[in-house]
Amino acid sequence: MSGPGRSKAANGWLLSAPALLLLLVAASGPLLIVAVYSFLEKGDYSGVRWILSGEAWFRVLFERDIFDGTVSLADANLSIFWRSVKLSLATTFITFALGLPTAWFIATRPPKARAVWLFLITIPFWTNLLIRTFAIMEVIRNQGLLNTFLINLGVISEPIQILYTDTAVLIGMAYVYLPLMVLPLFAAIDRFDFKLIEAGYDLYATRWRILRSVVLPIIKPGIVAGCILVFVPSLGAYVTPRVLGGGKNMMIGNFIELQFGQGQNWPLGAALSMVLLVIVMGALLIYTRVSSRDDPHA
Amino acid sequence: MIRMRKAFDVTTLPGFTFIAITAFVLLYAPIVTLVIYSFNGGNSVNLWGGFSLKWYAEAAGNEAVQGAAVRSFIIAVSASGIATTVATMAALGTTRRGKFKGQTAIYIMINQPLMVPEIVTAVALLIFFSSIKIATGYTGLGYLIIAHAAFCVPFAYLPIRARLEGMDLTMETAAADLYATPWQTFRYVTLPILMPGVIAGAMLAFVISLDDVIITEFVKSAGQDTLPTYMLGQLRRALTPEVNAISTALLALTVVILTAFFLITRKRD
Repeated sequence: MSGPGRSKAANGWLLSAPALLLLLVAASGPLLIVAVYSFLEKGDYSGVRWILSGEAWFRVLFERDIFDGTVSLADANLSIFWRSVKLSLATTFITFALGLPTAWFIATRPPKARAVWLFLITIPFWTNLLIRTFAIMEVIRNQGLLNTFLINLGVISEPIQILYTDTAVLIGMAYVYLPLMVLPLFAAIDRFDFKLIEAGYDLYATRWRILRSVVLPIIKPGIVAGCILVFVPSLGAYVTPRVLGGGKNMMIGNFIELQFGQGQNWPLGAALSMVLLVIVMGALLIYTRVSSRDDPHA
Repeated sequence: MIRMRKAFDVTTLPGFTFIAITAFVLLYAPIVTLVIYSFNGGNSVNLWGGFSLKWYAEAAGNEAVQGAAVRSFIIAVSASGIATTVATMAALGTTRRGKFKGQTAIYIMINQPLMVPEIVTAVALLIFFSSIKIATGYTGLGYLIIAHAAFCVPFAYLPIRARLEGMDLTMETAAADLYATPWQTFRYVTLPILMPGVIAGAMLAFVISLDDVIITEFVKSAGQDTLPTYMLGQLRRALTPEVNAISTALLALTVVILTAFFLITRKRD
């Protein structure tokens, strides 16, 4: 074959071209249009007018009084941002608390059993998110499994209203994203050398001390990966808050959708999309930094 | 020896097994409940009225469900076919022959659908495709197929690349030594060895396309519901038993495809 360096690159680009073209048309390219739209004026009903404007970006954080024009912080928007961040952090925390022992359990099974347990985690992972959200909705709604169970047990006399609250969204997100936490944690623990634990015990460390000073530092890349993998989709969640939050308890994703639906403010929706994108990219950047610094296998 | 290990197992941490089992129960209880209630003979989703397949019959007889099922299937087959083809080519171009300039850029581009929040992509496609729809007047399934194909690319690419990275170039070199043309080498040597990766990639892409809600919801034109968007549209205070039945059917399909996927990828080890 002809000269190495150049033809290798040409060959690589040529073979990748169809994939790149497809992604340019239906993924990257449209993102640029969103960025442009966020700097345009909103159209009368929907769409945009091609006039340069910073109004949409201004409206992300502020609002103007319609009578006297005074500028104040947009409380409604801020509370939606705050709810999104708060629920996403709580989801990350809950999934970690449940996911670490689960991943540990799977990784310490004998090989045959491990494959089965791993498969059991993978099934919910690949199951339609909507179906899993429906499933958890059936459990927590007023006549659902949980309330019926508690009433029959005599713990409560009236059903607890969980559905259409922030708690419902939180339970739902923790439920649907748990496998995303378990899988990277499992990958990290699976490579963990258990002789280190023996060494720790030989040096009279307690179990808690071993977990804290030996295990957690070594599996840190897996922890960071799991937390990012849960936090990022939680922050952009749309289906789960829509189904379980019942339209009242919006998160950023639903707020964006609103601007393209009833809100009819495409530039604001575009600006909000950009905000979400920047936060997510920031989280991913932290992840690549941490994993390239800490991961001895990288 | 075994006894000693039992007496003091270094891999056990206090409470971990209990939490893990609880997590598995919590993961499966809602899904199992959903599946059981799809066989409920009663009219209400709350009361058990005996085993029956009537909601499956109801769903299968509903024209809106039939249309959505056919559409879901057409989109998933076309999108995973396109995605797998371009992903196979890209994987061949980006593995086994050493690093080249711009390779990282290609990786980033291919993995973009995994990084960008789906709602943002959905909004971007809504804006882009709605102006094309106005300009060209075409409102067919093509938009959904292209959109699905794009976000399926990384799911098809990753297993194919994993398979390729485990293959060295000796077979291809041998073929070239025997005067095979590059195409013959690809057709009769590379592709057969690569096939399990390609099939695995295609299956993941198919499942991902079949499951999509958000992007479909934003890109579809009127009357283009797929099964997931149809189910989302049917949602009221509680699930209808019919949606329950469709969910269970989709769930069963996913489990079948996944089991096949694991059997195929396992063989390679």
